[in-house]
Amino acid sequence: MLDDTDRRLLRHWQSDPTLSPSELAERVGITSGKAVRRLARMQETGVVEGVSAIINWPALGYAVEVSLRVTLDKTVARAFDEFTAAARQVPEVTQIQSFLGRVDVRLNIIARDMPHYHDIYRDRILTLPHISDIEALMQIARIKSEEALPL
Amino acid sequence: MIGLDSLDRAIVRALVADAQQSAGALGRKLGLSQPATWRRIRKLEDAGILGGRRLRLNAEKLGFGVTVFLGVKLATKGRVSLDDFERAVSAIPEVQQVEHVLGLYDYRLRVVARDLPDFERVLRRRIMTLPGAGEVEANVLLSEERLPGPL
Repeated sequence: MLDDTDRRLLRHWQSDPTLSPSELAERVGITSGKAVRRLARMQETGVVEGVSAIINWPALGYAVEVSLRVTLDKTVARAFDEFTAAARQVPEVTQIQSFLGRVDVRLNIIARDMPHYHDIYRDRILTLPHISDIEALMQIARIKSEEALPL
Repeated sequence: MIGLDSLDRAIVRALVADAQQSAGALGRKLGLSQPATWRRIRKLEDAGILGGRRLRLNAEKLGFGVTVFLGVKLATKGRVSLDDFERAVSAIPEVQQVEHVLGLYDYRLRVVARDLPDFERVLRRRIMTLPGAGEVEANVLLSEERLPGPL
């Protein structure tokens, strides 16, 4: 189980994932060796999965981001598996999420511009299997995106 | 915008998988020297393509068993109400993501909670009471995968 010191380490690390173990140790007020041991244990137990670089897609020319909310045809037994397997093959799909609710699956799609999005939507998305309904939310602005947990 | 060659793409992909590996270790995998790898990483950072880092924590192991996506429609619109809503919603610790969207809803929120009763508390006490909040649709996240995108 985690104690308060572990949680403090995670809080600091979460707010700045570039911090080194010794910098984290200093902020939490423990020795560097203790911080290294605690962080290693949290990685071993799977509490910490890793650190990822974030790709800034607009800097690569991908200016459009759209959330597609898909309802699947539930009369087909393998609709979900077949749909997600096919969606994984579309390079512009950056996230696939499944839900309990009115929406079954959400695809996050990036495109260079609106004509490019239109091509992807028509040629790669509408051709995916077992779609019964699809709804688009176009992202205008990201207001909060750090995805931190309230530890 | 800069053009990426295949080595740049391989570096970006590798850093998305694990941003903690050293330039030396990454270079060895790609057949590049440590200084050459480091220069490429610097170039990708300077071009804004590598936009920071994200600590991946296992939400479930930290006691957050429920993630819900909310579509929120504002009841009243106008410049002031957007600002008020965005400021208030971003201040809620359980709200991990806020996107201003165009479509069926005005905002898309990612909310994390310990369990469904805890989510209900956040929804009733914090989300429904936000200035200007109107209709809210909730979808409980069942599974999620992130894909590398068009690299």
